[in-house]
Amino acid sequence: MPRRKVIRKIRDQARDVERSVVAGGKPSLRFPVRSLANVRYDPAKGHFTMKRGTKERTLTVSTVKTFAQTLRMMSLSKELVESDDIATKREAYYVSKNWGDARFREQPESDAVMDDVEALFAVNREQLGFVPEEKGGDVAGRLVVVDRDPDSGRKLRIDCTKFGSGAYSVPISVEHLEFETKAAFILAIETAGMFQRLVKHNYWKTANCILVSMGGVPTRACRRFIRRLADEKNLPVYVFVDGDPYGITNIYRTLKVGSGNAAHLNEYFCVPQARFLGITPADVTDYDLPTHPLKEVDVKRARDALKNDPFIGHYKQWQRALETMIKMGVRAEQQALAKHGLNYVIDTYLPQKLSRPERFLP
Amino acid sequence: MTAKRVRESDFDEETLDLFDGGGVPPAGGGARAETVLAGPRQSGSRTAGGAGRGAKKAATKQAAKASRDRKAVEPKQAASEKTRARKAAPKKALPERKRAGKGESETAAAEEAAASSPDAAAPAGAGTSPAPRPRKKRNGRNAEQLAKGQREISISEFFTKNRHLLGFDNPTKALLTTVKEAVDNSLDACEDAGVLPVIRVEARQTAENRYKAVIEDNGPGIVRAQIPKIFGKLLYGSKFHTLKQSRGQQGIGISAAGMYGQLTTGKPVVITSRTGPRAAARRFEVKINTRKNEPIVTDEREVDWPVEHGTRVEIELEAIHKRGRRSIDDYLEQTAVANPHLELTYVDPGGDEIRYPRVIDELPAEARAIKPHPYGVELGALLALAHESRSRNLRGFLQEEFSRVGPRVADEILEKAMLSPSVKPRRLKRDQAEQLLTGIGKTRIMNPPTNCLSPIGAEELEAGLRKVVEADFFAAVSRKPAVYRGNPFLVEAALAWGVADMGGDDLAVLHRFANRVPLQYQQGACAMTKAVLGTAWKGYGLHQARGALPAGPLVVLVHIASAWVPFTSESKEAVASYTEILKEIKLALQDCGRRLGRHIRQGKRQAEAVKKRDYIASYIPHIGAALREILGLSEKREQQIVTTLTDTLERSRKF
Repeated sequence: MPRRKVIRKIRDQARDVERSVVAGGKPSLRFPVRSLANVRYDPAKGHFTMKRGTKERTLTVSTVKTFAQTLRMMSLSKELVESDDIATKREAYYVSKNWGDARFREQPESDAVMDDVEALFAVNREQLGFVPEEKGGDVAGRLVVVDRDPDSGRKLRIDCTKFGSGAYSVPISVEHLEFETKAAFILAIETAGMFQRLVKHNYWKTANCILVSMGGVPTRACRRFIRRLADEKNLPVYVFVDGDPYGITNIYRTLKVGSGNAAHLNEYFCVPQARFLGITPADVTDYDLPTHPLKEVDVKRARDALKNDPFIGHYKQWQRALETMIKMGVRAEQQALAKHGLNYVIDTYLPQKLSRPERFLP
Repeated sequence: MTAKRVRESDFDEETLDLFDGGGVPPAGGGARAETVLAGPRQSGSRTAGGAGRGAKKAATKQAAKASRDRKAVEPKQAASEKTRARKAAPKKALPERKRAGKGESETAAAEEAAASSPDAAAPAGAGTSPAPRPRKKRNGRNAEQLAKGQREISISEFFTKNRHLLGFDNPTKALLTTVKEAVDNSLDACEDAGVLPVIRVEARQTAENRYKAVIEDNGPGIVRAQIPKIFGKLLYGSKFHTLKQSRGQQGIGISAAGMYGQLTTGKPVVITSRTGPRAAARRFEVKINTRKNEPIVTDEREVDWPVEHGTRVEIELEAIHKRGRRSIDDYLEQTAVANPHLELTYVDPGGDEIRYPRVIDELPAEARAIKPHPYGVELGALLALAHESRSRNLRGFLQEEFSRVGPRVADEILEKAMLSPSVKPRRLKRDQAEQLLTGIGKTRIMNPPTNCLSPIGAEELEAGLRKVVEADFFAAVSRKPAVYRGNPFLVEAALAWGVADMGGDDLAVLHRFANRVPLQYQQGACAMTKAVLGTAWKGYGLHQARGALPAGPLVVLVHIASAWVPFTSESKEAVASYTEILKEIKLALQDCGRRLGRHIRQGKRQAEAVKKRDYIASYIPHIGAALREILGLSEKREQQIVTTLTDTLERSRKF
């Protein structure tokens, strides 16, 4: 969305509020409900889409504080966009310290208001001038990223094979990047530990792929990076995470179809072509992996996903997998493969798995 | 101090007969009373029994002599002890001894006990706790030898050793109790005489740990002949045998205070009294012969006293003066609350004068003496009343001696008791008396008359409270009379909220009163405390932890008025928890609580409105500022937004 359009949206909203106030009424702002209950899985589009649930925040005595904060946040955003500047979430929190009584006491308060504003205008918070602090993800392998020099605007070719034992770091904004690659697929990995092992042994060379370390639930930038790369270069995306409910229902699901919290953005921040490589509940028996018993929270998470997650609800295979996992009562980590030798994962597990991608879970 | 005026004629007949009524012969009766009183006294009981041993005549003689000597003392004691034993049941009495006493209808029992129980014999002669048993060889003293060591103990001797029973446990409490007994008597006397009381109390330090308490009133004075007995003899008084609301009950207090003073300082009680403008004022110095429980007048003379009528008592005693809770100051302040018709001056040991002016210029309604109600009577008392009765038959007796019994009720009682109406009361046997009690229990009898009560009154109570407590809100309630066990009683309650020197987290302060007398000790054991704890104060907007007093700047006052307040012990510090009493107190508290709740809610609404205004005022400018920034508005327009929005929100009810 162009900057002008964002500014216009902010002004329009403010104008509505002003008119309502002067007319002696109580202005209200309408937000989409941001929760898993208000999304549906659209198999055609391949991601979560928002349902019509909205909530209205009317200006009353009890909401006057949040209302004031929301408007001030909108004002800050307009200023940022106009001057083409950015503020991190933390910085925005500190800016609020100038607002006297309306200042935020803790950052989570300001983050929540920021999310509200984002949802209100159905834009990405980066478009509002706010950037997250979190790291995007690490990349290594057969890929050249074309970025631009912030000062001169000249093209910068970044070769992701030339980071040695290190890696290329996904920037917070990825919309301007271009890609050059001959890789056959993208492998998204949950843990930095597994990523390290594969990088160290130049696995991307043997398998002709791009390795991405997500470090837990992938950030928006990471998701967007993978999405753009996969879309533009028409690459399949395989996901390699721990064999537990968190790996499946939080990390994998968020990467593939997006989250319930920012459903209006899932369209951009999802990777519908992602497929689940492992570790599946079947792998536990097939590869005779050492396991840990499922904790109570794991079981709860799995049952909750079976009941409420529209994505899991759409796929019989996932329901079976989760039910099997609950029945087995165990989880297996990526590193469990080390039982058979440290490089078993490189020599045996991944090649065997990749030889039959049609068996990956959806 | 005429409160202890005497109806001597009553004593000899009425109370002596009480023993017979108890089914015990006179000597045994006296002994029994003493036995029940407390363990150590058992040797005394044995004396009484032992004296008569071998010859019934001797026993009778001694009994007769005793009754002559001690006049009504023992009988009275017997009755009072009966009451105590009933209330404080297992407290002091040694069950074993008690049984021995009961069985002692003939001397044989005592003989047996004395002879067969060496440990009982050991402490003979003294009212002390049992001496150690002879360790090696039991001495072979026979009953005659043992009898030599046994002698009677007078009530004064007993209290000398058991001063705690009367509130003289420690030097601090002693001073308070002395002042309290004297002030109670003054108030009773003034009210009985129809005089608006003016009382002056002074506590003067005379040496280290020694104080002189001086209490002066404008009461009717005391006639010359009574002064020695009132101040120099325990269990001498006018109130015990009368069923009406009064502060004093037993006739122990002031003489015990005098005795305590005498014991600790050797000084006599000094009484100055004048009965009217035409009579001369007389000054007495009275000591107590503790062995005989008899007064000794060490000095008596006419003096010049500018007061028209009144009494002045001076008691010097070993004591410690303290301030704060449970102090004299505290007691007098509360007395002023419960007696708004009282004008009180207190000169404390520092010489400071504290005045509590009169708030109500009217004496409380006079309490009338009533006959006992059948529901409250017990077997012993019933027998005593019957045997003393001049009525010819039971039907007449019931109507004559009890309130609310007319011919029809009397017939119904007798029918249900399966007794002939013509039975002669003087010959009523024990089992017949029991039948009679059963009959009474089965008959519906109207509640006793309530004119024996003299409540403070809601308005007066509130006025009294306002006098000493500075607070935002007051509420007071005076309930209608109710009945427990045949005794009429009445509950009053008041509260003050927003008390000046209390914080919101402080626990409420509870002031308890019985017959207008503040109760300062044993709060936890008292029915009034239980009722306050058991009231759901949360419903009235207060915080209350489980099992605790409510929190907040709150003073709660509970008053119970009754012809016979059921104290849990003889020191009159806590009221027993009869269901009926608890219920009445709770109802009174709830009534006050509801009014307080309304007040608090109103206050909360106002506070919320203020908070709302502040809240709105602190955020609306930010809405104005943000809109101006986004839309580039003029300052005037911004001001318009702020004003309009403030107005809109203040009008809205939603918070």
